[in-house]
Amino acid sequence: MLVTLNVNGKSTTVDVPPDMPLLWVLRDVLNLRGTKYGCGVGQCGSCTVHMRGRAVRSCQIPIQKVGDAEVKTIEGLSPDGSHPLQRVWVELDVPECGYCQAGQIMSAAALLTLNPQPTDSDIDSTMSANLCRCGTYPRIRQAIHRAAKVMASAGGGHSEEQEAS
Amino acid sequence: MSPVALDRRAFLRVTALAGGGLMIAAYLDPADLLGQGRGGGQPAAPLTPDAFIKIAPDGVVTIMAKNPEIGQGVKTMLPMLIAEELDVDWKDVRVEQADLDSTKYSGQSAGGSNATPSNWEPMRRVGAMARATLVAAAAQTWSVPAADLTTGSGQVRHAASNRTIGYGQLGPAAAKLTPPDPSAVRLKDPKEFKIIGQPIANVDNPAIVTGRPLYGIDFSMPGMLFAVYQRCPVHGGKPVSANLDAIKAMPGIRHALLLQGAPSGAPYGGVAIVADNWWLAENARKQLQVTWDEGPGAAQSSEGFLARAKELAAQPAQRPLRSDGDVDAALKAAAKTVEAEYAYPFLNHAPLEPPNCTALFKDGKLEMWAGTQTPQGGRGQAARTVGIPDTDVTIHLPRMGGGFGRRLQNDYVVEAALIAKEIPGTPVQLRWSREDDMHFGTYRPAGFHFLKGGVDASGQIVAWRDLFVSFGSGNSFASSASIGATEFPARYIANFTLEASTMPLTVPTGALRAPGSNAIAFVMQSFIDELAHAAGRDPVQVRLDLLNATPIEAAGGGRGGGRGGGGGGGGLDAERMRGVLELVAEKSGWGKRQLPKGTGMGVAFHFSHRGHFAEVAEVTVDANKRVRVTRVWIAGDVGRQIINPLNAEHQAESSIIEGLSHLMALEITIAKGRVVQNNFGEYPFVRMRQVPPEIQIHWRLTDNNPTGLGEPVLPPILPAVANAIFAATGVRVRSLPLSKHGFSWV
Repeated sequence: MLVTLNVNGKSTTVDVPPDMPLLWVLRDVLNLRGTKYGCGVGQCGSCTVHMRGRAVRSCQIPIQKVGDAEVKTIEGLSPDGSHPLQRVWVELDVPECGYCQAGQIMSAAALLTLNPQPTDSDIDSTMSANLCRCGTYPRIRQAIHRAAKVMASAGGGHSEEQEAS
Repeated sequence: MSPVALDRRAFLRVTALAGGGLMIAAYLDPADLLGQGRGGGQPAAPLTPDAFIKIAPDGVVTIMAKNPEIGQGVKTMLPMLIAEELDVDWKDVRVEQADLDSTKYSGQSAGGSNATPSNWEPMRRVGAMARATLVAAAAQTWSVPAADLTTGSGQVRHAASNRTIGYGQLGPAAAKLTPPDPSAVRLKDPKEFKIIGQPIANVDNPAIVTGRPLYGIDFSMPGMLFAVYQRCPVHGGKPVSANLDAIKAMPGIRHALLLQGAPSGAPYGGVAIVADNWWLAENARKQLQVTWDEGPGAAQSSEGFLARAKELAAQPAQRPLRSDGDVDAALKAAAKTVEAEYAYPFLNHAPLEPPNCTALFKDGKLEMWAGTQTPQGGRGQAARTVGIPDTDVTIHLPRMGGGFGRRLQNDYVVEAALIAKEIPGTPVQLRWSREDDMHFGTYRPAGFHFLKGGVDASGQIVAWRDLFVSFGSGNSFASSASIGATEFPARYIANFTLEASTMPLTVPTGALRAPGSNAIAFVMQSFIDELAHAAGRDPVQVRLDLLNATPIEAAGGGRGGGRGGGGGGGGLDAERMRGVLELVAEKSGWGKRQLPKGTGMGVAFHFSHRGHFAEVAEVTVDANKRVRVTRVWIAGDVGRQIINPLNAEHQAESSIIEGLSHLMALEITIAKGRVVQNNFGEYPFVRMRQVPPEIQIHWRLTDNNPTGLGEPVLPPILPAVANAIFAATGVRVRSLPLSKHGFSWV
């Protein structure tokens, strides 16, 4: 089936089975390998991307349900790694193996859009959907708080316009 | 210049690059420098001109990271050691991952927390030799004594004439020199360190946070196909027939192959489905029908193992491992005795990036992109699988999405080679699903300990008997299923016996982060606690008393001291352990804090992988047995120098959090020879909300060479928390995971 997708601000047409999950279209058809496979059943959050600005598990979304919805992956979060979350993630040395971190950052970015000043408990309840096998959680929490501060001091948060490449 | 033998096995060669800059090839055998020897001879192959270090005319220094990176931080740490002694600024350093090349890099593996002890001196000597050569080249260029020159920030300086020259300009002069003897070069005084001891972030962070392809599963090349591989769900079973034609007729499927396994390594037969993309192959697997010869493994189950363990415990032990004093008499004379059965389950590593490997078999040669902790072993197995010499196998080493010991085994590398051999000329990426990873692990073996201990009237532990029921056959234990005859508290209790009995196992087992220790520490440190409470004494003081005993000679066999000091208690140094135990007691306010009802503190220590660690946990447990670990204190002794304090803290936190997963809820169960758990829902790792709000790390620096941190922090946290739960509730948990006893996280 021919599907025209809107990924990271670009319109792309792919010919894939209608039930093929968005994750595999992103990774193996569009060659956007930043979005990761961890479980295939929506339990680990490694495949988190944004669809219409909300965090979703791309392994659970058949491509026919995506339509022309705006999809954003880690590659499209900022043009050059300058999103405040990406910068504080590097500063605080959050990653260990690093495999889950694209999903963590995409979940965190969606959280900060909805809730620019989250408490520990807000962070825990959203981010507990994302598994980190290495256990980098203390730094993820700290990084989200710091990014929230950076975005607040930059004046009213990090807008979607700034994020779009 | 031609390579110069510096001693038996060490070489250094500088080559000037046309257009400026230089490269330095180095060969240093760590085993040689550590005085462990390896049995003579020079490297089998001549040095290739490729460089270990490249210095550009603008001063940018590129250092090859030789070891596989699984998240332990070695890709950053080993180049730090070279850069320190080369005397360049870290901001000028770029790190590139090396391919497998045993000639250039000697050992390349990730395991046993070995990178630090094996490379601490050799990598610094590589840097120091290069620096000394560059200094000599500048001395010659300026006709001044080398002793009058200093270095810093990638430059050589002659203070008297106020001249400086960048390393990158010294290529032609350095290339003509005979390099220094590696054992003669001066290493820096630690007071001079500018990079070692500094918090330095993971060099791959920028690529990780922007989603650039780094991992094996991210690799792609033109014409590459994707494969799944279905093994027999019963370990050790073989495929007899399959509906290959029906599978091949499905859209996008290129090949369906029934394979009888490899001649070496993991000989797992199965069915490969090769398709245009991985999802098509994985989807086609749902229609796959295979007739299996399940073999004898189908009769095995976790329930059966427990029943058999109890039978074996009622019989005389099969093998004595250690006997000191007279345990029977001491138990009879003891003021109090405690008898207990401890057990722990199989565990799967479940690295978040599932096993995968890309292979291309072309013109009789095999090229692989393999996330493996043991690429040298993987190369040999792959070579034998396709029937070519090792030298015709090239292995690239992508970053790995976790290892934890799973990728010490190369079974998935062998499977990729098997498939590639069938479709020569076509690159193929084998990817396991998470379900494959859960079903076909190399599991941390389950184990059972039947213990009896006694304390005398003064509250000292005077008798200890352990019958360990494990897996194996004849006189050998299954992989990671053994115990050392010097495992603490062996040697520190006058009347002590350790015996073992084993039962056969078809399920493959292997090392999981802190192998052996990750289970044994829970048993030993929990039972010590039981005896302390039976005596009505303080658990820290009872442990200090044990460590103050004069240790009995370290006789006995078993696994003590194996894996280069990994596992086994043979290398435990009582003074170092007392040091960390006293430190953690002080930092945690042990015995000095009033705790509310439902809150308790527990202590434990363990020696493994050359590291001495004592830990205290504070927990609260509510009326519904919901547990929250509120604070953790770690005191650790890994020698005189923390090389990268940032990564050291991260490895420590990571070990604590993994240990909490093992403790609370992880369990692999076997039924009819099959693994029951399929995915993370049934195998629940700790999530963010369950992480202790405070984890304090205190390093006790002692005058010993630095050792590794990937593993030794993990073992004590399980008994520390279990002991804290006892302190809070009076409930003693003797078998894991806690969830089987009604406990859960808050």
